[in-house]
Amino acid sequence: MAEREQIKRQAPSRTEEETVEEVPATSRKGDELKAELDDLLDEIDEVLEENAEEFVRSYVQKGGQ
Amino acid sequence: MALAKVLGLETEYGILIKGSTEPNPIAASSALINAYVAALSRRVKWDFEDESPGRDARGFAREGSSPPEIETHLVNAVLTNGARYYVDHAHPEYSTPECSTVREIVLYDKAGELILARSVEAAGRLLPPGQRVVVLKNNSDGKGNSYGTHENYLMDRSVPFGRIVANVMPHFVSRQIYTGAGKVGSEATGANRGDVEFQITQRADFFEEEVGLETTLKRPIVNTRDEPHCNAQKYRRLHVITGDANLSETATFLKVGTTALVLSMIEDDWFVRAGARDLTLQAPVAAMRRVSYDLGLHQPLALADGRSMTALEMQWEELDLARKYAEDLGTDAVGGTEAGAEILRIWEEVLTGLESDPLSLASKLDWVAKYRVVDGYRQRHGLAWDDPKLALMDLQYHDVEPGRSLFARVGMDRLVDPRDVERAVTEPPETTRAYFRGRCLQRWASSIAAANWDSMVFDLGSDPLRRVPMMEPLRGTKAHVDQLLNSVSSPAELLERLGS
Repeated sequence: MAEREQIKRQAPSRTEEETVEEVPATSRKGDELKAELDDLLDEIDEVLEENAEEFVRSYVQKGGQ
Repeated sequence: MALAKVLGLETEYGILIKGSTEPNPIAASSALINAYVAALSRRVKWDFEDESPGRDARGFAREGSSPPEIETHLVNAVLTNGARYYVDHAHPEYSTPECSTVREIVLYDKAGELILARSVEAAGRLLPPGQRVVVLKNNSDGKGNSYGTHENYLMDRSVPFGRIVANVMPHFVSRQIYTGAGKVGSEATGANRGDVEFQITQRADFFEEEVGLETTLKRPIVNTRDEPHCNAQKYRRLHVITGDANLSETATFLKVGTTALVLSMIEDDWFVRAGARDLTLQAPVAAMRRVSYDLGLHQPLALADGRSMTALEMQWEELDLARKYAEDLGTDAVGGTEAGAEILRIWEEVLTGLESDPLSLASKLDWVAKYRVVDGYRQRHGLAWDDPKLALMDLQYHDVEPGRSLFARVGMDRLVDPRDVERAVTEPPETTRAYFRGRCLQRWASSIAAANWDSMVFDLGSDPLRRVPMMEPLRGTKAHVDQLLNSVSSPAELLERLGS
């Protein structure tokens, strides 16, 4: 309980993901994360299936639990 | 004392043959598994004798209907790691071997992904040019069809089922904040896909009842399937159908670890003994979705006693209760002191991260990782949330092929060593009956006519077939049988020594 009460609740923000001030020790710094995300977004089109619309339309999964 | 939590995880994978003009998911699933097992010396069949998925934990059989039809003609294989790999309905399904710790579950779940990835590769070599198998470890096609990832926990038969339901329901609703694998849009009945931009879980849209036997329609939060696959007088197997298929090792670890702890607490009547506050929800089914749609984690949920709490607050309360439980009664049921401490530590770490800023968990939780990459792409290209590109990214996060998987690119933290995962593809866990199953298959596959969770059937070439029952999930471990297995040179000798 003690640890928990010391943590100030912040309103999580969806649009300011890079401005995290206090991150757990195991996580990396905000700038580094932003650069990583940028790199990932740079290369992602090469990985994505070619025709998004057709792929999404044809992916139908019936009869599951 | 709470029973040792023998654990299992079943995953129905999504499948598509790209480039095929006549998609047939059952044939595709069979081809996929056949391609994988073709490399094995001989496939051992699954034995359905003791299966009864229509039995209900509340103590009655289903009225006016027989148990669901079991399609025995479909592909069904038992692997040397003790797992089952088969076609269930229209999906390839991998069931981990029985595990005795949460880390083992993560290991064997990851081994399953590797097995599916290798199956894709093997099947690809057999397909006509221009065709390719795509296999996704997710739970929804984005069109209102869902398929499951089911957890299994061994429990004491003497614990009243009503007590399990009452105490586990708030956990199933609130744990979604870290078990979710994320989804673009909504598929809830009566909702428009665009009503929700992005939600925490794959599965929340599909739950319509609080308690029930169904798994394919009108899905219940607490599933009452009563089919223990072991001594039914002593045990029950709680079959949990609310979870998402996780790629994140942290998410799988927490999903199974926290639930195993909560179930141990229920067995020890800890909620009553510790004077826990009643977290019964007023409307659990609606709360499933409310939690899933609440990326900010601040929506209060109405409790039956008139108060309200957020899912995060409920999780903090459960963690506090579990800490006291660990201090007073220990965590032997989940693998010992260290294993218990690790669950509590990661649980706290993740709740702390969710409370301060969920995006700080982008390398730990699936839904956060997926949100970050999908939303980043959306913003960069100025796309609307219903753009097919984003729906594609949602699906492709789950692709089992490492070269196509977005999960593989987002930089997730690992909990287990990849070399151990590789080993778990062929080697069984050492601390459950899966060890006996796996070792026998490694050595004498050609003399094993069939296998299932609680028995093995040997064919020594002379009638009749000989069944070896394995009704105790924690017998047949390395400690129990290794000496015996090493001292015999044939299955006939093994059976003689076992007295079967």
